[in-house]
Amino acid sequence: MTLLKVNNLSKEFGGVRAIDDLSFTINPGTIHSIIGPNGAGKTTLFNLITGVYTPTTGSVIYDDEGVTGFKPYELASRGMSRTFQNLQIFFNMTAIENVMVGAHLHLNRSFISSFFGLPSIKAGDANCRETCLELLDFVGLLEYADTDTDSMPYGALKRLEIARALATKPKILLLDEPAAGLNPAESRDIDEVIKKVASRGITVVLVEHDMKMVMEISDHILVLDYGRKLTEGTAQEVRNNPDVIAAYLGG
Amino acid sequence: MMNLKSPRTGGLLALIVVICLLPLFLDNAFHYEIAILIAFNAIVCVGLNLLIGYGGQISLGHGAFVGLGAYASAILTMNQGWNPLLSLLAGAIFTGFLAFIIARPILKLKGHYLAMATLGMGIIISIVLNTEDQHTGGPDGMYVDGLAFMETQMYWYWFVGALLTFSVWASLNLIHSPIGRALRAVHGSEVAAEVVGVDTTRFKVMIFVVSAVFASVVGSFGAYYSNFVTPDIAGFFHSIELVVMVVFGGMASTFGAVVGAAILTILPQVLTFLHDYEHLVFGLILMLTMIFLPKGLVPSIAGLFKRGDKK
Repeated sequence: MTLLKVNNLSKEFGGVRAIDDLSFTINPGTIHSIIGPNGAGKTTLFNLITGVYTPTTGSVIYDDEGVTGFKPYELASRGMSRTFQNLQIFFNMTAIENVMVGAHLHLNRSFISSFFGLPSIKAGDANCRETCLELLDFVGLLEYADTDTDSMPYGALKRLEIARALATKPKILLLDEPAAGLNPAESRDIDEVIKKVASRGITVVLVEHDMKMVMEISDHILVLDYGRKLTEGTAQEVRNNPDVIAAYLGG
Repeated sequence: MMNLKSPRTGGLLALIVVICLLPLFLDNAFHYEIAILIAFNAIVCVGLNLLIGYGGQISLGHGAFVGLGAYASAILTMNQGWNPLLSLLAGAIFTGFLAFIIARPILKLKGHYLAMATLGMGIIISIVLNTEDQHTGGPDGMYVDGLAFMETQMYWYWFVGALLTFSVWASLNLIHSPIGRALRAVHGSEVAAEVVGVDTTRFKVMIFVVSAVFASVVGSFGAYYSNFVTPDIAGFFHSIELVVMVVFGGMASTFGAVVGAAILTILPQVLTFLHDYEHLVFGLILMLTMIFLPKGLVPSIAGLFKRGDKK
């Protein structure tokens, strides 16, 4: 039983192979980390899986369906969501509104009802606000609910992205460097949030540079180098692999 | 549920009060003329603000949609003998359809490129209206019968006042709905909107069409009100004027669009006493406002009050 299967995936940017013939699978209900030195192609891989980029060759199978070349919103409706390494917050909205956009697919989007402000829209929104407040509470941001996002601290925005992604009710959540730029205390908070997400039965795919965090929470680790798979396995297996040590320390 | 302190219901009530009390201060037909003109411009701006302010997409061609509505009404009533309201409806449907066709390819563009494309679209439509003179009367324009049941200017005043109130109300409804949030998300970050399930192209197209239909309906009523249409209405300057109203009043603020339309419609009339220096002062006022209130009039002033509240 696999949730996500990547087959011989490649992506070229004008002759540079950012991802080179990569294959791996992700099982449901696990925390799956992808690590590798800078420029190894981790974010490119995320963009390929979530439909932000189209692969040059190869395929992505999600939930037994070929989804190669699907648009991100089509994948979102199938239960795939993600966060971004460089924040992609809707800075023109408050925190709770950001999360409520995440619930977009689960709300009434009829134009006529919205235009005339029918009660069904208002009831749906009131309901959605409650659910989203719970999600803000879940990531520890309840106090910021009605704050404009442009006056929130960086660490809080990182967690806000996770809450927004959770509002889509994902089966699989891809987190691109959730701890990047955070201090150790904030990093531990994120750590806790990720564990709590996984304990809800959501499959987590994690790109992260914080090795302590990766080694501690991952069920499975995939190591990339120059767009190719260097090795994969449990934390213990990866830690002792001489190729991994060489890639990180040079040699 | 009525919360008077919320900007939504409070603002709407304020607008209704202004529309109801304004006749006390309007002395003559010219004053009413300006008030009606303000309402027409404000309705277009409320629609355009959905596209520019909330959706974050620029259009330098919305004057053309006003023109299409106006000419659809003029041609269908005068040349084809259609019922005026039916002509208005046909004009709105045609304009909406045309906007839909144009929107898909055009809204793939961003920033300057989108500005150029919409500019080009507006100019093409304006050229067509100018050159198809067997139907449109060419640069001289054409005469349009009014609406028989709109007997006096006062009728028009109350009618456009109601129409403006309705469009503000509908615009606020739209903004405070999942569709409105999706639209603002498109403005905030397209890629983030996509990964949470927002089909960004669909929403951009939708709001482009909605704003075009707003413009077309105003064009039709404007033609019936003034009994005359000229191609100027579809021209580049009118398009720019509409965008300036939205930006001046404050983007992403429905009431900003109304205030912007009101001030920029009145200002040139007030400044006429300056004779030759009129345009100079007009430009200067625009420049200074944007330098000192870069978010536009209404959001900047609302911001001041917010800060005041906290003290």
